[in-house]
Amino acid sequence: MNQAIRFLGRLGLVSAVYLGELFYLAVDTIKAFFVGTIRAGRIGRQVVSIGFGSQLVVIVTGAFTGGVFAAQVYFKFSDFGLESAVGPTVSIAMCRELGPVLTALMVSGRVGAAMAAEIGTMKVTEQIDAMRAMGVHPIDYLVVPRVVGMLISMPLLVAEATGFGIAASYLIVVRGFGVPYTWYDNQLRAFTDLEDISIGMIKGLVFGAIIVLVSCHQGLNARNGAVGVGRSTTLAVMIASLAILISNFFLTFLLNYFFPLGSNA
Amino acid sequence: MADTSVESPDEGAEDSEHFIEVTDLHKKIGSQEILRGVNLQVRRGECLVVMGRSGEGKSVLLKHLIGLMNPDRGSIRVDGEEIVGITERSLSPMREKMGVLFQDGALFDSMTVAENVSFPLKERGLRDIDALLEKATAALADVGLEGHLEKFPINISGGMRKRVGLARAIVTRPRCILYDEPTAGLDPVAADSIDRLILDLQEKFEVTSVVVTHDMKSLHHIADRVAYLREGQIYFHGTPEELRESDDPAIRCFVEGRSTDEVEEVREEIEISDRLAGEGEAE
Repeated sequence: MNQAIRFLGRLGLVSAVYLGELFYLAVDTIKAFFVGTIRAGRIGRQVVSIGFGSQLVVIVTGAFTGGVFAAQVYFKFSDFGLESAVGPTVSIAMCRELGPVLTALMVSGRVGAAMAAEIGTMKVTEQIDAMRAMGVHPIDYLVVPRVVGMLISMPLLVAEATGFGIAASYLIVVRGFGVPYTWYDNQLRAFTDLEDISIGMIKGLVFGAIIVLVSCHQGLNARNGAVGVGRSTTLAVMIASLAILISNFFLTFLLNYFFPLGSNA
Repeated sequence: MADTSVESPDEGAEDSEHFIEVTDLHKKIGSQEILRGVNLQVRRGECLVVMGRSGEGKSVLLKHLIGLMNPDRGSIRVDGEEIVGITERSLSPMREKMGVLFQDGALFDSMTVAENVSFPLKERGLRDIDALLEKATAALADVGLEGHLEKFPINISGGMRKRVGLARAIVTRPRCILYDEPTAGLDPVAADSIDRLILDLQEKFEVTSVVVTHDMKSLHHIADRVAYLREGQIYFHGTPEELRESDDPAIRCFVEGRSTDEVEEVREEIEISDRLAGEGEAE
């Protein structure tokens, strides 16, 4: 019993310290926008790397998730004659949950890992020290462009995954299972609101901020050579993925308060 | 040397004889006390070699001199200005006066040699690509490295990486250059050429140099003065000749490359030779 309490206490302490460090990194990053140097070229490169580089991953994830989800919903709903409800069900699920969460998980695996590994390698090979010695602030040079690049790219990637998911559901339901296009289209438009899209975008922004802060923090705190970089990279993906799933739970309730889904929300 | 049009660092605080003054510097990393009250002065224009065994804290001391590490206690004044306890951003003006050659060069592996060397100029506002390239080429010529501009650090040898690192350190014409183990891991010929380069730069640009090394050959080539770091303190401070003539057993062990287990043995040898010399004089 004592051991369990001690373990929980230690876990709580470590988590509090970690959250504190992330908070300070976020504060330093925000401060850098006002007192640091903003490098437009580096931001542009990050947008290309994060946004353009994630196209395949995001399109495949969105399209196949939307297609599979549409098929499963159709199989059950058709028993009750609710084929026309498949479109809005898929659309709302993609906009509010599947689009942002799956995109964020995929981006954290692809981009977050790369960020942690790149910054971590720079840290253990003294490249960051060299940068500091030349009077260049690592937050300005390494973190700010990544944060801005991520915050620009994530909502667009979420929109893209959602769009491809809905397009795939159309192909499966209308073209595949023969549900009339008018049913599908009318119901989808009637039940999908701007609020649903807004929720997806807001979640995309929050998840993007989580990915970039966790990854940069892990990279900047890497130590002990190649093993340390590997550990930081693994931790970056693991922590970001868990944080995305946990924060999604709370965000769902919080955002539902502002953009209620249905009369019982 | 590249003739940079970038504004040279502040010329103030010239009145002090010392470019760097370290007073009672303490640093603990984990449970290990690395620096235990280091006192050190570096005169303007001199080449001071900080020597000591591996793990004695030479690189830690060097990193303190440019604000890459914060001490637990003590004071560091660079060009008359205190650098302990000030923010990272406030250190920039001081850092613009300094250049650092890191042990493995610390070149940015995502950039070419030319981009690495021109990086500090670019970060200080020089945007013209032709001018950047011209200055990078000139700085590389200063360190005896021509061509290779488009190569990445991974594709050049260790000695060349050190030269590129040195070109990057001098391209902004700093007033002080810090060298962290400049000859470590190099073959004797490459090590000698780096030593000559340090002397050339010293002579040509009248910079203040602080060289951290445990290479005794290198020390005798380049040092104006030597500081021996032992057990977290400056154990010896003097000229290379004074070091050579010292009969302190710990210094003799280090200079002769004998393990510390032999300190007592060396002490006895010195006592015997002193006694013999005394007897000889008496006769």
